[in-house]
Parts: sequence; C-alpha cells; structure tokens
Amino acid sequence: MASSTSSVITLKINGEKHTLPVDHRTTLLDALRERLDLTGTKKGCDQGQCGACTVLLDGRRAVACLQLAVAAEGREITTIEGVADGERLHPVQQAFLDLDGFQCGYCTPGQICSAIGMIEEHAAGWPSAVTEDVRPEAGPPPLTADEIRERMSGNLCRCGAYVAIVEAVARAAETHPDEGHATLAEGTKETVA
Amino acid sequence: MREFDYQRAHDVAGAVALLDADPDTRFLGGGTNLVDLMKTGVERPARLIDIRELPLDRIETTPEGGLRIGATVTNGDLAAHPEVRRRYPALAQAVLAGASGQLRNMATVGGNLLQRTRCGYFADVSRPCNKRVPGSGCPAVAGEHRNHAILGASDHCVAVHASDMAVALTAFDAVVHFETADGPGDLPLTDFYLPVGDTPHRETALPAGALITGITLPPAPVAAHSRYRKVRERASYAFAIGSLAAALDIRDGVVRDVRLAFGAVASRPWRAAAAERVLTGAPAGPETYAAAADAELAAARPLPHNGYKVDLIRNLVVAVLTELAEETPR
Repeated sequence: MASSTSSVITLKINGEKHTLPVDHRTTLLDALRERLDLTGTKKGCDQGQCGACTVLLDGRRAVACLQLAVAAEGREITTIEGVADGERLHPVQQAFLDLDGFQCGYCTPGQICSAIGMIEEHAAGWPSAVTEDVRPEAGPPPLTADEIRERMSGNLCRCGAYVAIVEAVARAAETHPDEGHATLAEGTKETVA
Repeated sequence: MREFDYQRAHDVAGAVALLDADPDTRFLGGGTNLVDLMKTGVERPARLIDIRELPLDRIETTPEGGLRIGATVTNGDLAAHPEVRRRYPALAQAVLAGASGQLRNMATVGGNLLQRTRCGYFADVSRPCNKRVPGSGCPAVAGEHRNHAILGASDHCVAVHASDMAVALTAFDAVVHFETADGPGDLPLTDFYLPVGDTPHRETALPAGALITGITLPPAPVAAHSRYRKVRERASYAFAIGSLAAALDIRDGVVRDVRLAFGAVASRPWRAAAAERVLTGAPAGPETYAAAADAELAAARPLPHNGYKVDLIRNLVVAVLTELAEETPR
C-alpha cells in the first residue's frame, strides 16, 4: 500500500478556507501558529494539561496541541481571532476586559475560547463533577462560582487571576446566555433529544 | 516523533481491513492519550487509521432496558446523555470526574478504555519499564509508587489503570463489542483487562487487529441509585489516588442488590466481588459496609509508600454506601 507522511489539507478556520501541505506530525496548534500566522492561540504545555491552546472544533472546546492538523480537515475551527463579530467583541471577551480577567494575558485566548464552549455546554444542560444531582429530572444546575471553577479547571492561569476570571465568565453567562457558538446545539441534538 | 502515514476510515469493515493486524498501526480516536504518547516517544506508530468519522457515535437504549454506547461517542456526550444520567448516574459522574471539559470533548469511549497508565516510569522512555519494554524491569517497585497498585499487581508491574469511566462500567457489567477481520466479538469488561502476571505489556484480551465498536450496559435497576466518588490530590483535573463506583438497593433494612468497583488501585478497574458477596442479603449499616470492604481488601498487598490506599478505599466504601443508604427512598 502506498504510504505517505504528509498531505495537502484544507482547514476551515474562522469561516475561511486555508489549503496547505502538512507533515502528518503537525498539530493543529503548530499549523495555526507557525503556518497560518494565527498566533492568538497560545502554546503552553503542549501536552494537553494547561488549556492555553483551547479552540472550538465544530463549536466544542478542544485543545489544539493534541489535535493533529490532518485530522482536523473538514471540521469548523474557531480560534480567538474569530470569536468577535467584526469590531464588536464577543461578550466573554468584553467581560474579561471589563472585570480584569487576566494579568499577563498569555492564558487568556484559551480561557475565552474555553468559556464560550463551556457556557454553551451549560446552556445545553450538561452537568459537571460538582453538580449535586446529575439526573436529568434535577434540571440544569445554576452556574455558580463552584460550577464555573470546575468547568474551567482545564485552563490554568499562572498569574492566578482566577477570581476575576470566574467573575468575568459569570457575567458573560448571565448577560448573554445564548451567545456562545451556535453549532453546539446542532451537535448535541441527538444526545439531548 | 516518528513520521507516519495517515488514513481515514469511513466504515467499520474498512477500518479493520486497513489496520490488517499490523502492529505498527494504531487507530486514532480523539488522540488525547495517543498523540501525547507519540510526542514523548512511548508510542511510535508508522500509520494511523482515523476512526472518528465511523458511524459509531450513537447512544441507544436496548430493548432489554440497557444502553448501547458507540465507540466514538465522546466522553462529553456520554456524560451529558439523559439516559446515562437517569439509569447509570455513577457513570456520568465518573466521566465528569475525569480530565477537563476540552479533553472530554475530544476523547472517545473506545479510546478511554484503551488509555495507558500514567505511571511516570512508563511515560519516561529513558527509564526501564516492563510494560513499555518487556523484560527491562520495573523501577516503581522500589521507587516512586505512592499512586501505584495495592491489588492484583506483580513484581513485574505495579502501575494502575487511569480511567474513571471504566470503573463505573465495570460496576455495571458492561460488555465490550469489537470487530475483527474474522467477524465480531464480545468481551465482558471484567475479562477485558488481563491479569498483570509477568506480561504487563499485554493489557487487554482484544484480539490482534480488533476495533472496539461499542459497549453495552445491561439493564440494572440498582444502578439508578448509584454514585462515583473520586479522591485526588487537588479538587479538579487530576487522576485519582482512589475512587469508588457504588450502587445500592436496600429493602426493609437489608441489602437487596449492590455493585462496587474500585479505581486507581490495580492495573484494571477492580470489581469488588468479595465485598458484594458480604453485602448481599446482609443488614444495611456501617459495620456491614466495613466488613465488606475488609473482605475485598484482605487481598491487598500495599507497597512501602501506598499503604494509605487501603484505608482510603475502606473509608470510601463505608462513606458512599452510608450516603446511598440514607438517600434510599422509603
């Protein structure tokens, strides 16, 4: 069987198609940063532990460092560069600004992409590890600070700006509960039916 | 990282044919464990078969009243599914206790079952490890083993299985379905993971070249009253140092049905059958729960630095069964 260690792929990023040759070893994170100049997505640990590289794949949050670029072909990729509506910031971005949800800012793009995905998951009724009663009859848990901390635990902040991050996420969720990513609802149709 | 070929499979038969039992080829699901291990050189496949687009992403109720879960269902979708949360709440809790939201959205059910141990010696290619390089030795036995096995281990390997999900599935008698070039097959999860013995590199009873296609959970009314409790060194996003999946049915003060499985104590999720035997038909109460835990833990062989796990598991059994008993509808 013919074997090849590279492919020409087309990635759909923030609504735009990019065609590029990639070595199969290339992660989505490296393709974004090193090949496509989309450096908003940050490289922290590069082993799935810090969340700095969080992007949205088909509307769901995922870490780009463990996602092979070649395997992301055909999926809708949204990075921090694509969450605003033109000049109007995404409500989560605005809340981080208004409430100082960062110090050095390195983890912030990942925090914001993660929060956008998380708010959608919560709006779809997903429980978390701190949800008292996970049975569907119990209804969706209120998005308390404890719920936010647990649901955002995949995003580390070395500056320790967590107090303001939790406040920013809470404000964005309260004021714009349905301004996450529209594709999630479709993706979960089967599972919430 | 070694260079590799990449292909996408579009149907199960095609995926199995592509793999062709080639030991240098791996199936790629979410990649959260495999890609990480490829970066560190623990895994060095020459070819990946991407199975994420296979039509195995459904969760369906079975006519008997159980659930059939496809192998490529993400951990996130599994934990969110209303029937999982209603019929097997401990399974939803177990999945939610693992990893992070991002990783759960990527990781698949089949991949979760096949994830490798987080033993530091296994992950470090500069160190000996019988699981990674058979016959090279196990530095953990006399080394760093605070989070290693107390049950079912051997001198050849004391690593623990890292999955939370599989602990709950083991408690609920899940059956793993797979496909090979010779046809389909099934394995109860309790027989899926092999005893360690002197072959820790052989982890599962899956035939060579097999693709996990899904899991069936048989109906289990007791599972509707179940809980997963995980103990770890920080509040979230860490592997267990001990965990428990438990389900309890009490009538008139007597244990009618019970399911118990321990996590992070062995090379596989540990079904506590001896404890279940003590409990079944016995009067409900902390003494019974403690006696049941002791019956199971009599086989424990802790190492110098992980003896705490014996007390931890015993306390978990008593605490969680007490909670479940108190919450029993009267």
